[in-house]
Amino acid sequence: MTAYFRSLVARFFHRSRTENDLEEELRSHIQLRADDLERFGLGRAEAERRARIEFGGEARFKEECRDAIAGDLIDVLFQDLRFGLRMLRKSPGFAAVAILTIALGIGATTAIFSVVDATLLEPLPYPQAEQLVSIQDNFPGAGAQDVGLSEPEWQDLQCSGIFEYVSPTWFDENNLTGSSQPARVRLLIVAPNYFALLGVQPQLGRGFDPHDHSPGLIPEVVISDGLWKRAFGSDPNILSKSVRMDTDLYRIVAVMPAGFDAPGRTAEERNIEVWAATSFYGTPLSDHPPRNRRNLPTAIARLKSGLTIAAAQTQVDALVASLQKQFAADYPLQNAWTVRLLPLKERVVGNVRQSLVLLLGAVGLVLLIACVNVANLLLARASTRGHEMAIRRALGAAQGRLTRQLLTESLLLSLFGGIAGLAILLSLKDFLLQLVPENLPRLNEISISWSVLLFAVIASIVSGVLFGLAPALQACRLDLNHALKQEGRVSTGSGERARTRRGLVITEFALSLVLMTAAGLLLHSFWDLVNVQLGFNPEKVVSIRTRLPSPNDPSVDKYATASQEAPFVRELIRRCAMLSGVEEVAIGDTASIPLDESLRDLKLISEGQFLLTVEGREVQSDHSMAVERSSVSPGYFHLLGIQLLRGRLFNELDTDNTPQVAVINQAMAQTYWPNEDPLGKRFKAVKAGAPWITVVGEIANARTQSLAQADLPQIYLNLYQTGVQRLAILLRGHLHTAAIADEVREQVQSLDPTLPVYGAQTLNETVSASLSQRRFSMEMVGLFALTALLLAGLGIYGVISYLVSERTQEIGIRLALGASRSNILSIVLRQGLGLAIAGAAAGLVCALIVSHLMASLLYGVRPTDPLTFAGVAFIFVSVAMLACYFPARRAMKVDPMVALRYE
Amino acid sequence: MDYEAELLPGTLDLLILKAVSIGPLHGYGVLLRIGQISGRALLIQQGALYPALFRLVRQGLLKTSWDKSENNRRAKFYELTSKGRKRLREETEGWNRLVAAIASALAAQPQET
Repeated sequence: MTAYFRSLVARFFHRSRTENDLEEELRSHIQLRADDLERFGLGRAEAERRARIEFGGEARFKEECRDAIAGDLIDVLFQDLRFGLRMLRKSPGFAAVAILTIALGIGATTAIFSVVDATLLEPLPYPQAEQLVSIQDNFPGAGAQDVGLSEPEWQDLQCSGIFEYVSPTWFDENNLTGSSQPARVRLLIVAPNYFALLGVQPQLGRGFDPHDHSPGLIPEVVISDGLWKRAFGSDPNILSKSVRMDTDLYRIVAVMPAGFDAPGRTAEERNIEVWAATSFYGTPLSDHPPRNRRNLPTAIARLKSGLTIAAAQTQVDALVASLQKQFAADYPLQNAWTVRLLPLKERVVGNVRQSLVLLLGAVGLVLLIACVNVANLLLARASTRGHEMAIRRALGAAQGRLTRQLLTESLLLSLFGGIAGLAILLSLKDFLLQLVPENLPRLNEISISWSVLLFAVIASIVSGVLFGLAPALQACRLDLNHALKQEGRVSTGSGERARTRRGLVITEFALSLVLMTAAGLLLHSFWDLVNVQLGFNPEKVVSIRTRLPSPNDPSVDKYATASQEAPFVRELIRRCAMLSGVEEVAIGDTASIPLDESLRDLKLISEGQFLLTVEGREVQSDHSMAVERSSVSPGYFHLLGIQLLRGRLFNELDTDNTPQVAVINQAMAQTYWPNEDPLGKRFKAVKAGAPWITVVGEIANARTQSLAQADLPQIYLNLYQTGVQRLAILLRGHLHTAAIADEVREQVQSLDPTLPVYGAQTLNETVSASLSQRRFSMEMVGLFALTALLLAGLGIYGVISYLVSERTQEIGIRLALGASRSNILSIVLRQGLGLAIAGAAAGLVCALIVSHLMASLLYGVRPTDPLTFAGVAFIFVSVAMLACYFPARRAMKVDPMVALRYE
Repeated sequence: MDYEAELLPGTLDLLILKAVSIGPLHGYGVLLRIGQISGRALLIQQGALYPALFRLVRQGLLKTSWDKSENNRRAKFYELTSKGRKRLREETEGWNRLVAAIASALAAQPQET
């Protein structure tokens, strides 16, 4: 076997020797024959001439000899490859352009594919990840999604025999004290079986006992590799240590390996630093948690092995039906309780799927356009090589052989392109990774893996065949007689070839127009979002966070009630207001930071959505009863410049001892009290013992929850009456973020040295961060669209230049017969315009289809936005005109005398 | 080359093997030898010889070496390998059988009933 390979290699590299051999042998034959002829009395020159004639078609026999040597396919392949390489070396300019174009296409496509592969295609990095599911409880009847589950329901699922393990997951934050600075850590409260469920072993220690079912919180924690390194300096004896979190003591029992991410939807939820375990009953939780208290926000599970998700779903449906019968009081039929199993991966990457698919589609189009461009180049070259092909055919080369030769050449081009693309990609990898938004799930799993390499190879081969096909097929249909009669002129078989080339340019235009339209719509959406009337003033505002602890034993909680917390908040506001540069201060919960998405979707306890009942209208069916709420200090509205429409704002007289009051926004008033004065109306939380809350003021709508939605109902409660755990300190003034953060930290810790101070950010940064994903999609699609536009421009330029050079003689005649130069210009431009318009028309139709598919990614513009479509079409035609202008100018400058002598 | 007859397909290889079996020859020499031993009755286009030679080399029936010709020109010489010798024997027997069979077929008299 090795001998075989060695001979292959030898044959590949030493072919030129054999070639020389052949050459020399035939020469010696002719000499020998000539010697004989000379002996018959001919002169030497005549003898050699005769000898050559007697020998017959030398070229044909050479070819046959080569075929005789190259007995098997691999030989032929080598021969084609060598010939291909020689052809490329002969026209380095063409080769460079083609390879660069393909490199661009393959490089970009592979880059996006590597992201798609890591996030969407690769299974999650846990053993048998396909058995992992996320459990979602819904009340479709009440219009409520993902409502969480209760402890008894968890036990039902755990004992159902459907799952290996089920673990609720409960995101929380905690204050870690003991190291130099109090730190806020991201905590996940899970069942003891969590790590067994995921199938991941710690790098140090043993983790929780999966079968522990003791009451209360287990006084043990598992920490992440990052926290171990950062807070404990990679202390190898960490397992004997304890940490204090929210004043409670926990023993560290394990350190997770580096690179282990929790399966979460958001960056916060994935970068968990501490895991604590409980069985979700017993102090500080309820001893017998009721079935209707859905305080476990989410749950994940591992299916029994061999069970598919569909089969498990059927069994879960049956379980739900029987539970609903058994506990009819807890599951009102109108809620239509369902439990859905989703692949866990879907939970992690579900909300980026659409953007990534869009990007892959966009970059695929770029590759396609690159292919069309190269096909065009090849066709242009084929017309100069038509004569060569015709001669080779005439000398006896087989049809299939020539096609194979041409395909080999294009494959060679695309493979070189692919290699160059990969090389560019690898050298730019670190730079490119910086462009990816940090909150992209599985970001650190992105790599140039084997599957990515395989993809690049397949993409290269497919594109090579794709762009090689047109010229190769054309070579097949070569009309020998016609081609040979053209005597080396450039334009062999020009009719059909020119048609094909025009078709290709139109295709290219149509494809890039689709991309441009998509980019235009995204840009338009983004522009609208950036320029939207916020309804609040983000200038000169910095937000800084702190968090009050909530110990497991409520009796040691210094901030247990609003009246205990209010003095701290008042004093903090007073001190911050005295810091230099600070003009205004307000404090609210973290939900009060406008457009802050860092904790969104985490279903934090005591924050975010609020299920409410309106007095006098206990049953509502037409709209959701969940409303966004936040708690703020009286100065909040003025600091953000939110306008009061009627009633009053909060004041210092609202305290724990006076009735609870609320300020609502206009959208809330219109939703719940349409055509009524909302002042004095009352509502309360859907919770046993919740107090009635009176509306005292109505403010204008502001986009504090979502840039895209102006009229989300919103409730503000008075911080002094509610008391919250996560505090956001908002400061207005000419402030330097880092400096003010240090000053505020000093003030906070002089009041309570155990409090962490973190997350300082200007409000403008927060607003900008809320657009990061949109910005990324827009920028990428925009980049691809520009590339496509450039390629399409080059394509049309190529075709028109070619047409001009082909028609030089005709133009010369026209000029000689009296056509003006502007006539010539308009002839050429008209030809280009025709192509551009045909391409634009085809592209607009495709773009309409694509834009409807991406409707959900748009904001404020309809998928058929006429302005975008018209703008894109205009840009296109302009680029086409520009691309045609240069060849047209050349046409104008044709000298009739030279043109007529041409040929 | 007066009374030239077209070669039957497939017979060129056999002729080359036969020509070379007498002693090493260069390409042109093979042509001359074939002409000589066939009494100049067989026509071979000169160029057509070479693809056949290359094929036989590839099949391992001939081996080659560069050497000086009788009039002092560098030329490539062909000679039989043992595999080639064996093949020549087999092909010769096959050919003879074929000729005998065809001759007897052609010699047969029409039978009247």
